[in-house]
Amino acid sequence: MKKKTYRHAGLLAFSAVLAGCATGPSTQQVDEATQQVLKSSFREQGIAKLDRLVLDASNKACSEAAGANLDDKLAKSIEAANLATVKLPADGKFLGDWREGEKIAQNGRGLTWSDKPGEANGGSCYNCHQISKAELSFGSIGPSLYNYGKIRGVADPASPGSRAIVEYTWGKLWNAKAYNACSGMPRFGHAGILNEGQIRDVMALLLDPKSPVNQ
Amino acid sequence: MKWSLMGLAALCVLPLSAAAQKSTADGIAEYRAMLQDGNPAELFEARGEGLWKQARGPKNVSLEKCDLGKGPGVVKGAFVELPRYFADTQRVQDLESRLLTCMETQQGFNAAEIAKTPFGAGEQKTLESLVAFISAESRDMTFNLPQSHSQEKLAYEVGKRLFYLRGGPYDFSCASCHGEDGKRVRLQDLPNLTKNPGAGNGFGAWPAYRVSSGELWSMQRRLNDCYRQQRFPFPGFASDATIALGVYMGVNGKGGVSTAPALKR
Repeated sequence: MKKKTYRHAGLLAFSAVLAGCATGPSTQQVDEATQQVLKSSFREQGIAKLDRLVLDASNKACSEAAGANLDDKLAKSIEAANLATVKLPADGKFLGDWREGEKIAQNGRGLTWSDKPGEANGGSCYNCHQISKAELSFGSIGPSLYNYGKIRGVADPASPGSRAIVEYTWGKLWNAKAYNACSGMPRFGHAGILNEGQIRDVMALLLDPKSPVNQ
Repeated sequence: MKWSLMGLAALCVLPLSAAAQKSTADGIAEYRAMLQDGNPAELFEARGEGLWKQARGPKNVSLEKCDLGKGPGVVKGAFVELPRYFADTQRVQDLESRLLTCMETQQGFNAAEIAKTPFGAGEQKTLESLVAFISAESRDMTFNLPQSHSQEKLAYEVGKRLFYLRGGPYDFSCASCHGEDGKRVRLQDLPNLTKNPGAGNGFGAWPAYRVSSGELWSMQRRLNDCYRQQRFPFPGFASDATIALGVYMGVNGKGGVSTAPALKR
């Protein structure tokens, strides 16, 4: 009997807020029903805990926008808050090994409920981006990153002239929403998906003149 | 059957490397055409038809009196009008949750136990066959989900909220992959589920036989794996969140033609 009550809890969510509703549900009714449906529908599994349904300010604003643009002021404040989270490398070393970066870009695993805790995550980069010309199986949700460094004139990533691009790229990998409030890109550093060493390696993939990305 | 499938699966790998710039959709369409006369979903359809008519469960009765929305026992055309509101349960239900209701009230099974059973095991296998059979009875029919009841309207709006809800460590929502035209993950084309033709084609293809896993996947199973890949917590089988998403996609797909149970890579 108890199980039955639980199973129908969601139904109450739909019906409780609908009294006297003739045309369509109001925003408030949809808000309340959505919260109740979320509560009754999801459970923890493995490393995927329920706190994953708690939205921070940027996810909340971008979810509510439902694909539309945010107003400029809101977008700017979200971007500023995300930019403030970016941690530049303490030792000033931005680039690692592009070969390792390529492996991270290829690896789409990590943080699902079927992944084990403590395992190194991939970057899933090829799921959305063209990167190396040799890899033909790439997604198109994000822009092409082929020739990323070359197009931006980075001949020597250590030179002062390259500093702005190098820092921007680091920031983008650390927290993409620092530059685009509703970017579809995960916040790899901020969310702890990739560690600092992994981000260095992906940086090298994008910016090292010897990387296949820049050939 | 197994051999021919493996052979075709091997063939399918070739276009990816030899002519990757050719549209993936073209390759997949060719692949489907090759298998068209032998979609293994047919085996599930046949089994499902038998299960529908067979007296089963603690009460030892068949499902032939089950009301899928068009009256007791009416199967043809039911699939393209689901999810919908049901007066007896006072909730919006999709095909899987409605089958759970019938299995419980008519046959005496414990619906909560079946909902907790892992995909592909126990009575979940029964459900997979049943959805194959029931959806096939509406093949080539046009989606026309009702939106007249207030709860159906609310479910659509909740489904829309869930579709755009960004969460988890990757900040993904359903819309991250399925909110725009012409996008791919790796080489896999992604239907835009916010409108037709994407919504009709995408929603209208499940349940489907999944060649890569050799199993028949219900829409519930498809959504479960989407949420896994979004890095979300685990959605309950036949939960209101998954049903609301079904309403959102199905209503967006209105006018689209059902190809379920389709064949997927």
